[in-house]
This record gives sequence, C-alpha cells and structure tokens, in this order.
Amino acid sequence: MQTVQRSSPPLLSVEGITKSFFGVRVLHGVSFELWPGEALGLLGENGSGKSTSMNILGGVHQPDGGRMSLGGVPYAPQSPREASRAGIAFIHQELNLFPNLSIEENLFITDFPKRSGVPFIDRRWMRKRARELLAEVDLDLPPTRLVGNLAQGERQLVEIAKALHADAKVLILDEPTTSLTRREVERLFAIVNRLKSRGVGIIFISHALEDVMHVCERMTVLRDGAVVGTDLRERLSLPGIISMMVGRSIDAIYPERSTGPREEVALRVRNLTQRGVANNISFDIRTGEVVGLSGLMGSGRSELARLIFGLDPLDSGTIEVAGTRLERPGPKASMAAGLAFLTEDRRNEGLLMDASIVDNIGLTFLKRFKVGPGVISGKALNTTAAELARMVHLSTDRVQETLAKHLSGGNQQKVVIAKWLLRRPKVFILDEPTRGIDVGAKQEVYRIINRLVEEGGAVFLISSEIEEVMGLSDRILTINKGEITGAFERSGFDREAILAAAMAPVGPKREAYA
Amino acid sequence: MNSRNRITILLLQAAPYLLFVAILLVFGSLSDRFLSLANFTNIVIQAAPVAILAIGMTFVLLTAEIDLSVGAVMYLTGCILGLYLGGVPWPVGLVVVLAASALLGGINGALVAYLGITSFIATLGTLFIGRGIAMSVSNTASVYFPEAITSLNRATVLGIPSAIVAVAVVFAVAWVLLQQTPFGRQVYAVGQDRDAAAKAGLPAKRIVFFCFVISGALAGMAGFVSATQIGAITASYGLQAEFSAIAAAVLGGTSLFGGRGGVKGALFGALLIQTAANGLVIINANPYIYPLVTAGIIFIAVAVDGLRSRMLERLERRFIRPWEIA
Repeated sequence: MQTVQRSSPPLLSVEGITKSFFGVRVLHGVSFELWPGEALGLLGENGSGKSTSMNILGGVHQPDGGRMSLGGVPYAPQSPREASRAGIAFIHQELNLFPNLSIEENLFITDFPKRSGVPFIDRRWMRKRARELLAEVDLDLPPTRLVGNLAQGERQLVEIAKALHADAKVLILDEPTTSLTRREVERLFAIVNRLKSRGVGIIFISHALEDVMHVCERMTVLRDGAVVGTDLRERLSLPGIISMMVGRSIDAIYPERSTGPREEVALRVRNLTQRGVANNISFDIRTGEVVGLSGLMGSGRSELARLIFGLDPLDSGTIEVAGTRLERPGPKASMAAGLAFLTEDRRNEGLLMDASIVDNIGLTFLKRFKVGPGVISGKALNTTAAELARMVHLSTDRVQETLAKHLSGGNQQKVVIAKWLLRRPKVFILDEPTRGIDVGAKQEVYRIINRLVEEGGAVFLISSEIEEVMGLSDRILTINKGEITGAFERSGFDREAILAAAMAPVGPKREAYA
Repeated sequence: MNSRNRITILLLQAAPYLLFVAILLVFGSLSDRFLSLANFTNIVIQAAPVAILAIGMTFVLLTAEIDLSVGAVMYLTGCILGLYLGGVPWPVGLVVVLAASALLGGINGALVAYLGITSFIATLGTLFIGRGIAMSVSNTASVYFPEAITSLNRATVLGIPSAIVAVAVVFAVAWVLLQQTPFGRQVYAVGQDRDAAAKAGLPAKRIVFFCFVISGALAGMAGFVSATQIGAITASYGLQAEFSAIAAAVLGGTSLFGGRGGVKGALFGALLIQTAANGLVIINANPYIYPLVTAGIIFIAVAVDGLRSRMLERLERRFIRPWEIA
C-alpha cells in the first residue's frame, strides 16, 4: 500500500494504538494520520475497531499502548472534556443535544456568556454569537428555536456549530448520514467541504460507501482491530474496499448439524411494512431451518424482529406461524402461536436479576405448572427448570438457590433461552444471541441452536457478525434500511457478496454527485 | 411533527387552563360571592404556602427527582421557630428557618446526588425523621407563634398583603434563577438527560444537590408564611403538603419525567387547587368530598403529563427510512 507524500506535518497522528477490554484485545496497533483540510473515511465491518479507535480519540477510553499527537504535540485525553478542549469534536450517531432547550442554549450549555459583574446570562451577546455560528453551517433558524422542533439534519448542523464554537481542529462524524434525507445529506456535505477549506480535519465513519467515496479524499480500512490499508480515493473501488473489509480471522468453530430443512413452512412473512422502518418484507423459514439475517448497524435488523414478534405495530403485511395467520399481531398472540424472541438487550428485557434461575425460567409461563385454580406445582416447576438448565448446559444445577445476577453473561443468556424453550417454540427469533459472551459460551449457544432445529424448530438468527450467520445458517437474507437486499443459499455463501448486498444502496435514487 | 400531533400536544398543554376556566364557571354559577375581587385576593393569600412549596418543588421535578419531605420540613422548622425563636425579631427568625430548612434540603440533596439513593426513598426517610424530631421536641403539643410573627399576616407593603408579597418575591427570584442564569438552564439540561449532561461536562450532581437545597429552603419559607397565617401548629401540620405541591407544579406543566416546565406553572397550579378548594367551601360542599376533588385534579395533571411525555418521546424517535416520514 502506498503512502501519500506530503510536505506539511499531519494535524493528527495515531501510532500503534492498542486496547483490550476484559483481557480481550480489540485494537492491535491502529495507526493513521490526518492532514488539515482533508476528510478521511474510516471503514470496517461491525466490530472491526472503528468505534473503539474513535472513542480513544474522543477521550472516552484510554489506550493501553501507542501514541497520539495533535498539531505536533502529544495528545492523551483522559476524558471527553479534555478531548474537546484539545480541539477534537466527536459527533455521535446519537446526538448529544437537549431537545428541551433552545439552539443557542445548546451551543453555550457549558460556557454561558455572563454579563459583566452579575451572574446572569448575556442573552444579547449569546444570540449574536449563535447567529454567527449558525451562519457558518448555513442554518437559517432563529437561535431561540427549541432543538426538539428541529429535523434530524438540522440538529446535526447544530452539533457541528457547537464543534465550531469549541474551535474544533478535528471533527469526527460517526454515521452522520444514516437518518438524514437526501437533501440533508447534501447540505451536510456542503458544510463538510467548507470546513475542509478552512483547514479542519474530518474523520468520517460510515457504512454508506457512496457517501464516504463522495466526501473523503482518503480511506482507511480497519479489520479485526488493525488497519488493513489506507489509500487515496482514486486508487480504491467499491469492490476493492469490500474485499479489504471482509476476511476476519475465524475464532469460532461451528458445530455440524445432522438434519436439514424440511418441506413445511414454520414462519411465513409477507409484505411486512411499517412506514419509516420496514418496507415490503417477505420471506419464509421452514421447519428445521436456520435463516440468518445479516445487516449493518442501523439496517433495521432488530426493528424487523420486533415487527414480526408484534412489539411494534404493522402498517400492513401478514405473518403466519406453522400455517396459522396471526390475526391480531402482538407479543401475546405471537407467543401463543409458537414464536419466541430473544432480544438483543438481555439485561433490560430478558432477565430478573434478583430472581433465582427457577423463577426466571418459570415466571412467564406458570400456567404450565397449574394444578388447580391459582395454584401451581412448585415441584413440577423445579424439575422442569432443572431439566432445561441441563439442556442448555448451565454452569450450575443449583437452580433454586442461584440468582440470575450471580451468573456470567453467557450463562444468563442460556437462562433466557431456557425460559423460552419451556414454551416449546416453533420459531425462535434470536437477536444477537452471542453478543458479549465468551468463546466457550458461544459454542454452547451454537449447539443449542442446532439442537433446536434438529428437534423440529426453526430459527431466525440475527447477528452483526457475518461469520456467525454464515457458520450457522441454511440461508442468509441481507437487510439495509428496512429492505431485504439479498438472499443467499448455503452453497452460494460468499462473504464479499453478502457484505456487498448488506451495503446495497436503498431509498430514493441518489443523484450522481457533482 | 405532523399537524395532528401538534394539535394533540397543544390540547394536552391547554388542559389545565381549560380546567381552570371550568372551575371558575361552575363555582361562579353556583355562588355569586365566588367571582369577586375580595374572594380572589383571599384565594391568592390562602394559596401562598402551597405556591411557595410548589416553586421549590419545581426545581426538584425539573431534574427528574421528587421531594416528599417538604411537609415535614415545614413542620420541623415551624417547631424551631415557635419553640426557640419566640423572642427574636422576625427577620432573624426567618433567616434561621431558611438556613435550617436549606440544611435539611442539603441532606436530601446529598443522599440523592452523591450517594445515589432514589429520591423517593431518600426523601421519604427524611420525611419521617423530620416529623419524628419535630414531634419529640414539641411533645406533639401545639406550638404557638408570638404576636411578632402572627402580626405579619395583617401587614401590607404598598397596600399588598404580606403573603402575596412573599410569593411575588420568591417567584421573581426563582424565575430569574431558572431563566437567566447558567445554573437554571443547566437544571433543564440535567433533567432532560443526566448522562448526556455529565458527558458534556456539566456538574450534574452538584446541580441536583442545589435543587434539593432550594426545595428545602422554600419549604421553610412556606412554613414561615403559613405560621403568620395560622398562629399555631399541631402534629398534623404540613401533612400531605408535598402532594399539593407536586400536584400544583405538575398541573402547571412541569413534568415528573424532568426537563420540562417552570415556576410560572407552579404558581398557576397552586392557584387552581386553592380556587377549587375555596369554591367548595363557598358552596358549602360536604367536606368529605374535598379530597376527591383534589385527587381528581391531581389525576388529571399526572395523566396529562404522562400522555404528553409519551407523545414527545414518540416524536423524538428516529427512523432508518427518513424519506418516508414527511
């Protein structure tokens, strides 16, 4: 890979940054440079280390090793505040604005100008300065307008104005275009170009490759916590970038399955649509089949799962479980029909941390143990819970005494799975079932998935790791912006093709950029 | 935001005002004494303690916390005033009361902001401790206030009754504090999203702490104004005052979820509640239905707040297909 020769020193240089979380190394020496007035695209799959690198740059995390320098002086921020003082502005996907305050108050929230001698806000000066800042980002709005009344794109420009107020030298934009309309994206790009011409360095993180290609002069591709390559836009192509992004080392072995899909359809989804979230989604999952859903951050993966399970209302479309159409979709009807849903957020949605394993397994389905009106058999519950605990290979068999909070992340996940298995689901939707659990526990979750389908269940597997989806699925669907963008049979699994499909542009036709 | 949502939110925001108009119309038609200047002045004077409490409560509610101890603080500082400060000039008494109640508020604030105890529990604790101390120092007997204090009730400033002056001063200071100082605006930021505020570098804990100090101090102030009006207090004094204060603040548009509202609303809410109570007295209603009416008003206030917050949350939602959402 060629490097670009320049005469001026870089604005920002990052050299050999390493970082581990809980003993797992996530960054293996990340290095890149940023020159004043350029935009650098930072690309990589989910989990490639983009976010961690940027969090280190923004002072959220501190690196274990490596060096950074900003404007020629060593740079090692201990907090976001220090980073911002040093001139690094990090604009997160989730904007850090207060919708209940006005634009000007958001701009000056940490350093309100005060009238001389009194502790009161100098509103006149603040308004004047706010107008100047808004003019710099081409936002023609009264500074007194509440941020809550602004569109998403306008809020982003307010964040950029805030960065200008903090005199940012480096602006990090994390997925800035995902929830913007086309027109808003164009406006954002115009501002980015203006900032470049003023010597600000931009780091642009995005899955929307077209956007990155349009606005960035150079790109750095990360994979597995290391830089795979950095090059000028002119020397890169979309397929070339994708092939750089894929090819992560495989750190898991996927157990073999003894059965294959059967004929009958377990889940039939037709024309599922919710305005703003999902558009005309149709697919089948057969009994004994694992169908994987692959999509990038913000593609609508989890949203689709919630729609199918009935947690969010549908605008139109039908769902059939084992041939029976859900007439009044909702979580209750879904469960009755035989759907199970493991959400991606087990801490908040799946488990009662202070309850025992037995209680966690049995609580949502006590009527199975009913022996009389309002009376359940504690013995039957304990026996069944112990059986399920064995089936999911829980680390302990003391299911009555052990509280959920005392289990490891992997074992907590198994308890949630056991809870659903109690209902003998026909179709199990698993959203990120292995997120945040160790390699050993992952293996066991994989085995549970296999056993589920071998015993006549069907699994809809959602994962941000392409390898995992490829290792476990009979078929893979790709999703982007709430639309199915590709379908692959096991024989045709190909990482680059799947990633390319997951990144396929969706939405109103994008005009060729000028 | 589409126009239907906009109208719904406007209606929700207008609900307390419509309620106020309804109260005026109903009682006005039932009694001709109700809609008079003398009666209205009376209402404002009677509403003064709750209005002051509600103004203090607003600070706490804005940070998405709650202060259940204000009634107990009123009682305890009232006991201190009546039992130990009978001989001192009233301004000295007032300063001591304010200092003691601010200290009690500071204890709440420290428990909530720095020790991370849920405000509902922390202030429930100080409620019982405060009442317990007050009952033991007074032996649960009535505590009488000296003439120097009760005479303030008849005092006027430029012809305006002292209670109204007290409310006006408290209101003006609180309004300036919330609207015109960095602290006030940061209270709103902390209440909207404490994590985001801390991330932005705001001293979120300190801000929450001071909101409890203000609530405590104003509870003392409310107790002082109330002392001038009633002359003596018993062990039931200030009971459930916290609920009137919370109801008044929420009726006036301050959200229990933090970040929304202000002291103007607290004033309005206190007046609304007192107007309803006054109307019930004037038409000679059965005293046993008073709590039902108050409960109904509180219910409306909280329901409106919940609906509006849910609605605003829904409007804040982001979409992955933004072009479909016009």
